[in-house]
Amino acid sequence: MANFLYNVLFKRSSTFTVTILVGCFIFERGLDVITDKIFEQVNQGKLWKHIKHQYET
Amino acid sequence: MAASLGRVCKFGLLKSNYGTLFNQQVHNFSTTNQWSKGRKVLLACLGVTAGGISALIYALDQSVKAFDQVAHPPNYRWGFYGIFSSLDHRSLRRGWEVYKNVCSACHSLDFLAFRHLVGVTHTEEEVKAIAAEYQVQDGPDDTGAYYMRPGKLSDTIPAPYPNEEAARAANNGAYPPDLTYIINGNHNGENYVFSLLTGYCDPPAGITLREGQYFNPYFNNGALGMPQIIYNEVIEYADGTPATASQVAKDVVEFLMWASNAEFDERKKMTIKVIGFGLISLPLVIYWKKLKWTTVKNTKLLFTPRYKRQ
Ligand code: HEC
Repeated sequence: MANFLYNVLFKRSSTFTVTILVGCFIFERGLDVITDKIFEQVNQGKLWKHIKHQYET
Repeated sequence: MAASLGRVCKFGLLKSNYGTLFNQQVHNFSTTNQWSKGRKVLLACLGVTAGGISALIYALDQSVKAFDQVAHPPNYRWGFYGIFSSLDHRSLRRGWEVYKNVCSACHSLDFLAFRHLVGVTHTEEEVKAIAAEYQVQDGPDDTGAYYMRPGKLSDTIPAPYPNEEAARAANNGAYPPDLTYIINGNHNGENYVFSLLTGYCDPPAGITLREGQYFNPYFNNGALGMPQIIYNEVIEYADGTPATASQVAKDVVEFLMWASNAEFDERKKMTIKVIGFGLISLPLVIYWKKLKWTTVKNTKLLFTPRYKRQ
């Protein structure tokens, strides 16, 4: 597994760069989604998201 | 996988086996042991004095602040005080109602535009309708004349007075300040403004008020140019919340808190994100530090004086 990862992704600078870029994107998105979940859980009912359905037609 | 696991598990390998030798090295490399005794004592005294003075200043700052003739507002338990707690947007919506129906008679909100309310207190359609109720000056048109038109999303919220002089003339010479940054602009802003709005009382003996002044213990020296404007049922909320004086004051303060800190919720969310990211990167940083220091800590220096060499 480690060897596979090394040979395919990390060995050449070109694939290493792509790995970093794609990895960053996935990581950041994941962290954002989790953060939003926690934030909305903690502030249940207080955010605009939770009350806007009362005012939209 | 096995290889990388083994690498992580052999973490212990990175640990340096520094015992007495390492401590001895530290001792030898330090320059302080060449200092004279007097110098050490002097430095210690200096350190203790500096620390003592700082502690004293801090203690004085924390002690009773009794220089001004003013009551200090209590700290209320605001719903947005927790490290992850957002503002309550139902409260913000009512707060806008309070500002619009009460405060806007005297106070401007210059740094807020109608569009800022979209997605915070009202939907876009609602804000468009609110803006259209106002008449704002625009121009010049083709003939160079200025004209009035209904407000748009991009307009800033119109002020009650055209300039400071007009505002003073209408309020016995007192200037109602712009409320956009009033919460951040005052020490302990949210508690101060809440206490100010709900804290009017009869002046104690010995305090004389001029025409158009009202006694408020939370205002410096007590004589405030703003009359009490918040009473029970001063307005009627569209969502049916009972409009007690404290509810009205709380809602308008929460709204002004948002006006001063538009990024408030974003900041609270960022707190969660930073903690999450920190927890992930902490082990990496610790590992990296050990990796870099392991050579330093395992290096042994040997000095053989010339006379011992063959
Ligand atoms: C009748 C006009 C009037 C209305 C309505 C009014 N104010 Fe004022 N306000 C004033 C004046 C005048 C001052 C300046 C007082 C002074 O400097 O002595 C003032 C000052 C203030 C201050 C600043 C106090 C300080 O520390 O300098 C705050 C905060 C404030 N008003 C909040 C509000 C809020 C919130 C509302 C709406 C609920 C409101 N005011 C409604 C006239 C008004």
